[in-house]
Amino acid sequence: MNKTESLREAYGEKIREIGQRNRDVVVMDADLSSSTKTAIFGKEFPERFFNMGISEQSMITAAAGLALSGKKVFASTFAVFLTRTYEQLRQSVCYNNLDVKLVVTHAGLTVGEDGATHQIVEDVGIMSGLPNMKVIVPVDSIETRSVLDFLVEKTKTPYYVRLTREKFPVLNQPDYMYKPGKSVTFKDGSDITIFGMGVMVSYALDAAKELKNRGIDARVVNMSSIKPVDRYEIVKAARETGRIVTVEEHSIFNGLGSRVAEVTSEEYPVPVFRVGMQDTFGKSGKSWELFDYFHIGVNDIVRTSEQCFREEKRYENIS
Amino acid sequence: MEQQNIAELKKIARIIRKHVIEMVYEAKSGHPGGSLSITDILTVLYFREMNIDPADPNNPERDRLIMSKGHASPGLYATLAVKGFFPEDLLTGFRKINSKLEGHVHRGIPGVEASTGSLGQGLGIGVGMCLAGRLDNRDYKVFVILGDGEIEEGNIWESLMAGNKYRLSNLIAILDRNEIQLDGFTRDIMPMPDLSERFRSFGWNVLEIDGHNYEEIISSIETAKKHKDGPTIIIANTVKGKGVSYMEHNPKYHGAPPASQEEYERAIADLSGDLQ
Repeated sequence: MNKTESLREAYGEKIREIGQRNRDVVVMDADLSSSTKTAIFGKEFPERFFNMGISEQSMITAAAGLALSGKKVFASTFAVFLTRTYEQLRQSVCYNNLDVKLVVTHAGLTVGEDGATHQIVEDVGIMSGLPNMKVIVPVDSIETRSVLDFLVEKTKTPYYVRLTREKFPVLNQPDYMYKPGKSVTFKDGSDITIFGMGVMVSYALDAAKELKNRGIDARVVNMSSIKPVDRYEIVKAARETGRIVTVEEHSIFNGLGSRVAEVTSEEYPVPVFRVGMQDTFGKSGKSWELFDYFHIGVNDIVRTSEQCFREEKRYENIS
Repeated sequence: MEQQNIAELKKIARIIRKHVIEMVYEAKSGHPGGSLSITDILTVLYFREMNIDPADPNNPERDRLIMSKGHASPGLYATLAVKGFFPEDLLTGFRKINSKLEGHVHRGIPGVEASTGSLGQGLGIGVGMCLAGRLDNRDYKVFVILGDGEIEEGNIWESLMAGNKYRLSNLIAILDRNEIQLDGFTRDIMPMPDLSERFRSFGWNVLEIDGHNYEEIISSIETAKKHKDGPTIIIANTVKGKGVSYMEHNPKYHGAPPASQEEYERAIADLSGDLQ
């Protein structure tokens, strides 16, 4: 069992460290700084930390103004609340193509007990649709830190970074460096490829062990870059394994599954089975209970992968 | 001397207004009413009060203007062209496929600080610019032009709170109170009694003027610039369609050009008479 670490703690500590070496970095929050962990930055740099109150529209438009004046802006709140500023993001941030990083926490089902109102499973789709916006879903605390270095040092355009409330298993090695638009293969395999997003990658790795017992050799790939997506790795998986399963704590619409299916249908059509939220809201419960309740847990990944594997055989018989 | 200066400003406003009419007539679309209501204020800002230089449009010390009511693009574009940010003959490209002059205010155009068009967002942008100025120890002013229909947006009131919280005395909002929005008169669509009191209760310094009286425009802006205790909003009572007889006070011309060659010629004739 891998050790677990909080991605939002990693964010708070890392942005504080970045603040020490980069004076242009400013951080904004909307009354959730003790939860998003931006308070760690705020405590050390009160003059560069702006708590805008429960006023997300004000936060995002002011973020645009700060960026228009040369600042590198990190704006944080819970993922669900950022979506109410869709239009501010569209008009003021993305159309102006500004250096504003939306680092949101408490995304997806893993908000757990807070329930359906807070479990946003549409955000990746919403953000991916915005021109100029790029979307990253770090898999663990190590990738979170590396993504932040990348954003500060290499980019000047809008990014959406999806973090979570719960601690996630640490899957990367300490020297891992995030490469934009690149996926990372955690386990090679030749029968089927499972593309995972966020915490679901660790569930996919568990599923791959069980699949091995059942005679299926599964490849497991971390797709932290949702936009741009790693087209090369998707096509390679389609060619080499011929069958693909996607796993996300997000709607099957407009998230990882849709993205992968877009690429395969354009470049190398193979069956793509999507494990994710089936056009439904979440509910209160423990994360691991919710994964089973909504059929996105380890057993569901195993079952879907087997189905996908055998479906392919069926297609072969037809042809 | 002062009267001579004002006479000069009025002549410039005339030129800008004619450009507005020509632009929307040529494009067969656009928003003349709210451009004409704000022209006198834009003229005073760009030709007298703002620290700007068309030859050095990115100077970090420059004053900024955000046209939050981004549909007043003809008014802003014409003002910028007359000021010298780009050639006036480009104005006829307004809203056309091969032109940079987007239907709503667009940052790719020299002199434009931020793209706007969806209402309610410019005041927040101004807040951010003032926060950045404070961090950088720069004393530039940020002017934000708001429409009186626009302030029905909740984003405006959120940003008013932020302007007060951070006591942004370099932030100067100007409300173009022409009392007309797309669907009709503001008093019918969404009444806002005691407007001055509302802004004051949000912690803002409030001034109220006749938005077509040059002495009042100038003195209010100079008062606002000197105010060192928090942000200022100038409520400018204006006439929608100001200067074109049939457009004045007429909701129809919020978003419609002269309907015929005859209307176009009447508008130009109205803008060619004696200056008071």
